[in-house]
Amino acid sequence: MTSSGFVDRFRTGLWHENPGLVQLLGLCPLLAVTSSFVNGLGLGIATLAVLMASNGLVSATRRWIQAEIRIPMYVLIIASLVTCIELIFKAWFPALDRSLGIFIPLIVTNCAIVARAEIFASRNPIGSSIADGFVMGSGFALLLMTIGAFREMLGQGSLFARIDMLTGGEPMRGIVITDGGWLLAILPPGAFFSLALAIALKNIIDRRQQKKRQAAMPGRARRAAR
Amino acid sequence: MEFARRQSPYWSARVAVPSLMLQVLAALVPAAIAHVWFFGPGFIFNLLIASIFAVGGEWLAMHVRKRPPEVALSDYTALVTAALLAFAVPSLTPWWVTATGALFAIVVAKHLYGGLGFNIFNPAMAGYVVILIAFPMHLNLWIAPRMGDIDYQYLTVLQTLTYTLTGSLPDTLGFDAVSRATPLDVMKSGLNGMRTVSEIRTNPIMGDFGGRGWEWIGNFLAIGGFWLLIKKIIRWHIPVGVGVGLLLPATIMYFVDPGSHPSPGFHLFGGAAILCAFFVATDPVSAATSPKGRLIFGFGIGFLIFCIRTWGSYADGVAFAVLLMNMAVPAIDLVTRPRIVGHSNDGDGTP
Repeated sequence: MTSSGFVDRFRTGLWHENPGLVQLLGLCPLLAVTSSFVNGLGLGIATLAVLMASNGLVSATRRWIQAEIRIPMYVLIIASLVTCIELIFKAWFPALDRSLGIFIPLIVTNCAIVARAEIFASRNPIGSSIADGFVMGSGFALLLMTIGAFREMLGQGSLFARIDMLTGGEPMRGIVITDGGWLLAILPPGAFFSLALAIALKNIIDRRQQKKRQAAMPGRARRAAR
Repeated sequence: MEFARRQSPYWSARVAVPSLMLQVLAALVPAAIAHVWFFGPGFIFNLLIASIFAVGGEWLAMHVRKRPPEVALSDYTALVTAALLAFAVPSLTPWWVTATGALFAIVVAKHLYGGLGFNIFNPAMAGYVVILIAFPMHLNLWIAPRMGDIDYQYLTVLQTLTYTLTGSLPDTLGFDAVSRATPLDVMKSGLNGMRTVSEIRTNPIMGDFGGRGWEWIGNFLAIGGFWLLIKKIIRWHIPVGVGVGLLLPATIMYFVDPGSHPSPGFHLFGGAAILCAFFVATDPVSAATSPKGRLIFGFGIGFLIFCIRTWGSYADGVAFAVLLMNMAVPAIDLVTRPRIVGHSNDGDGTP
């Protein structure tokens, strides 16, 4: 794979086809755990790892999996990988595991992962499937972290609080902006509002860029693009 | 059920949104005066703050949407939203709470959905639910009604204004000294504490039917509501639906077990049921459209209010009931589509 191809794919995964922001896949964990930056980061890393590994395994076994039973096979592969991740989290990040709770095992049902297995990994070689898992997983993880940071700042008035759940050490309060915050941002409605705002922001940026591109085109092409 | 069909000639009544909204505001005036009488001048401050932020939010939203702001400002709908919000919040409410509710109601619940005529949720109730969830402690501070024999420290106008602006009371007064549980709160906590309704009703805050002061505000709201009915600003279907939906289960439960279920009169006058029936649920934009649909819509609201009051964790459930039924409106409209004259009932277009 050429390097410019990878950059292109990265842009696709992070922006144009972001699993959470554009395809609206995996909304259950996205809405449920993003009450703080650390939670978003933790689940983002877990999802990224599962997505890369499952894409690789699905791609490696794609010649032997019968088309009729492919979905159960994907679920089996993903479930075993998620079990590994869950045990790793339990062993090394017990506090984060307690904080994320049921949403780590629930990665199995994250449709973004099955979607990548079905759309990409089942018809592409191993290397590029793992790369695809990496860019799509990063897009999902970045969205989780962004929404987590936004909600944490609004709802608790802090940023990166309890980052020690990942790094170890003494409990940390992170960067404290104010004490207390707007409770609604941490509650479930805040998750929906934050996601809606993020999608709206992306659409605004996309539309601006499209206008800029059209303005830069010569007259005939601009008329055709309309 | 069949409703009378309109016969020709179809004479159009000369009504427009501004005059409708002004008449709704006028119908709220007696109840507003009663509110100030019983619960002090805080209502006026809340109304002012809500109006300023609702109108300001409306101007801002129209400006951002590149539409002429004066169009939205001259139809007074923002003021009606502000007035309903002012009735919903306690008279002692810090300004930022009311302002958040008003801004959310106008900017998010109304203009993000496309402005007047496109909002699927009742703006005032959406704004109220947001502040109820975001600032639960501030919305619990109802003061006791100004009735001679209730042991209670009155706040002066200046003290009320100070609390509205700063959110703190004078050092000599605690929250416990000025605030009282509302009748519905007293009933709910009493019933949870395994006391009977007749025991709970000996509390000095209870009146003939609902709570003292509260039932008078309810009376004035009902007068305003009937005036709107006579002027044909609102139709009878939704108020009747809300009343039946609330009172039917209340009556049944009251006859089955009067010890643990308050009387229908208490349900009607104890909380915001009358305000809901005449002024909140009748919002023409977010309600169902056909007469039959409006009856179902109102009944659902009343029934949900009863359920939330009886089994829910909140003492009153008007806002939640209205929002839930707002969500059900598309389905209600679908199943209550009136038959087109000359067409069969199954809607396939054949006669």
